[in-house]
Amino acid sequence: MLAYLIRRLLYALPILIGVNVITFSLFFVVNTPDDVARMQLGAKHVTPAAIEKWKAERGYDKPLFFNPAAAGGAQLTETIFFEKSVRMFMLDFGRADDGRDIAREIRLRMGPSLAVAVPVFVLGLWAAISFALLLVYFRATPLDFAGVVLCVAMMSISGLFYIIGGQWLVAKVWQLVPISGYAGGLAAAQFIVLPVIVSVLAGLGASTRWYRTIFLEEYTKDHVRTARAKGLPERLVLFRHVLRNALIPILTGAVVLIPALFMGSLLIEAFFGIPGLGSYTIDAIHAQDFAVVRAMVFIGSALYIVGLLLTDISYTLADPRIRLQ
Amino acid sequence: MMFKPVLLWSDALFFLLIAVALASVFYIRRDEHLRLGWRKVGQSRVGMAAATLLLVFVGIALLDSLHYRERLPGPQATYAVEVRSALDALLGGLRSGAEKTYSAPLATHSFAKETLDHDAGRDFPRLRHGGAHLGASAEGWGADVVRRIVQGLGIGLIVWLGLWLAGAPLRRAAPHLAWDAVFVTLLALCLTAGAVALLAQGYHVLGTDKVGQDVLYLTLKSIRTGLLIGTLTTLIMLPAAVFLGLLAGYAGGWIDDLIQYLYTTLNSIPGVLLIAAAVLMMQVVIDTNPEWFATAAERADARFLALCAILGITSWTGLCRLLRGEALKLREMEYVQAARALGVSHARILARHVLPNVMHIVMIAIVMDFSGLVLAEAVLSYVGIGVDPTTISFGTMINSARMELAREPMVWWSLAAAFVFMFALVLAANLFADAVRDAFDPRAVK
Repeated sequence: MLAYLIRRLLYALPILIGVNVITFSLFFVVNTPDDVARMQLGAKHVTPAAIEKWKAERGYDKPLFFNPAAAGGAQLTETIFFEKSVRMFMLDFGRADDGRDIAREIRLRMGPSLAVAVPVFVLGLWAAISFALLLVYFRATPLDFAGVVLCVAMMSISGLFYIIGGQWLVAKVWQLVPISGYAGGLAAAQFIVLPVIVSVLAGLGASTRWYRTIFLEEYTKDHVRTARAKGLPERLVLFRHVLRNALIPILTGAVVLIPALFMGSLLIEAFFGIPGLGSYTIDAIHAQDFAVVRAMVFIGSALYIVGLLLTDISYTLADPRIRLQ
Repeated sequence: MMFKPVLLWSDALFFLLIAVALASVFYIRRDEHLRLGWRKVGQSRVGMAAATLLLVFVGIALLDSLHYRERLPGPQATYAVEVRSALDALLGGLRSGAEKTYSAPLATHSFAKETLDHDAGRDFPRLRHGGAHLGASAEGWGADVVRRIVQGLGIGLIVWLGLWLAGAPLRRAAPHLAWDAVFVTLLALCLTAGAVALLAQGYHVLGTDKVGQDVLYLTLKSIRTGLLIGTLTTLIMLPAAVFLGLLAGYAGGWIDDLIQYLYTTLNSIPGVLLIAAAVLMMQVVIDTNPEWFATAAERADARFLALCAILGITSWTGLCRLLRGEALKLREMEYVQAARALGVSHARILARHVLPNVMHIVMIAIVMDFSGLVLAEAVLSYVGIGVDPTTISFGTMINSARMELAREPMVWWSLAAAFVFMFALVLAANLFADAVRDAFDPRAVK
């Protein structure tokens, strides 16, 4: 198991390097730092001196890959590629355009992000699986049909409308919770409730249908038929034989949710004013702060790879037949 | 010439896509399995109703893709800078009948009070176009609206009867298809369109937005953006996904490793962030090279295509992985082995023996991706990394409308219009996708 984990982590390295090369070429090769400087400084009539100053402030005034002006190993390290790209592997993300340290900012904002994302993940999974099991229990009845219709309708509504609708109904009309904002500690709960409910609802249609398909597929298997034939009550068949055996595809699907959580958190955090990583990214996109966007791409990919690894480990917990070697 | 036709890149690709779709109809007619599958789709009532609605949307998008520049009056042949479409010409009244600011659906008076010049008080001013035929006092509004609705329903019914009669040969030619669902959908559409068309001649049926533009016009224009995002992205990513997926599965070895590495890497970047990064950089390219584009429409179009390409890059990995797995399986099939033994070349095996056997997966993927892409466009445009802010789309509409719910009294019609149209488009796409999947997926649970 340990050997497997180490090998998987080593596999992750080339992927992270690939991600880094992609972002590096996007940000520095497709456009030269001069282009970016000119756009950031706004007008067409930018003096070369202003561009040089802008680049120097942000450390973009070095050559891309090779610095002939420096001596020894510094020929490779005194370059944009090393400073901006390789440094990320040491979790050194440099400074944002407003001069703040990105790594520190990320540490500060991780808490609020997790406070929303973790409940969304857990509750979303629980709600979708419960509904799917309910639909399977009533399979081939009008209730099942109505449930599927509801799921398709729910997944046809843009997430934006869930957020706007939720804010309008719960926060404005009923005035149960504040519309947006955040507070530290236990006071955060009142700000988190609505975003969590909205996110869970927004994802419920698609995931319920997905789990229903998985359960129904499991349902046609021989061992389920045997279990019913020997007289087990339907409830036990569902929980012991269908749910347990469907855990592997459920876990696989759960990892697919992780990038979706990221996307969701962008919107949710921006709408509800939660000072997490999502709203940080949105602000950076609006302010065209490329250093922050680059750092977030790196972190997002790293999280995804960690998620994949966690799935593999959870497979062994869910199914004793699986051994990681 | 009274106008100069303009062919934007997205128009050209959209026409190409329609040509490809028509060509694939001929391909499907020849192929026994695909024909059977599509016949199953045709027999599904829900699938056919959804397809009808989608075709109507495609028709609107097609009209909106015939772009031209109007000739300016004068002896020389100079043309307006503004690029319009055939849909704009059809909806001329809606487009030009702008008000000053918000007005409610079917309203005759403005939504906000204004200081009127003839007396000292503040009152709701009369709209310039909404109900203008009723005169200054706007009397008889209710009767006029009811009369228009009834007349519109009547016209809609007549049009529908015409369609029904015109469709008789089709029904005779293919009696087993679910034509009843098609014509019920058409009836609903004709009645709605008739009533809306007559009302739209005198009023703003869905109200006006902050700068007084007709919301109905905006929603109709948004359809093209949504539809094109969903289809062009697929068109752009499909060749790469199919080719690389089949190659990886069929060739194996280091080619497989390389392609797997490629899509794992792309997949591990959260889609939004890759899109954000790429769109930001494309914007720099577009801004630093203004000489590439003759009109603002072309510039917006370039950004639109860039968005499609980037969405394609982030969305081909799923299909590629599926196809790789399928090709791995097919490679070991006896008929492929037999073809190898007979000395058929790899390229020919891929084209003749492997590709036709994964066609159903490709088709399911195309229709399943569509709705997700339409929804993604709205979110991305909202975040500011979607289409150009000047392009009319559901995302830009929602973006400009979202603060309006906080107003007192509430401005709800922009959001409601975007919601209804988007919901109809995505729901139809989802239902159609389900029908296609049920017909083609051998593992589909009944």
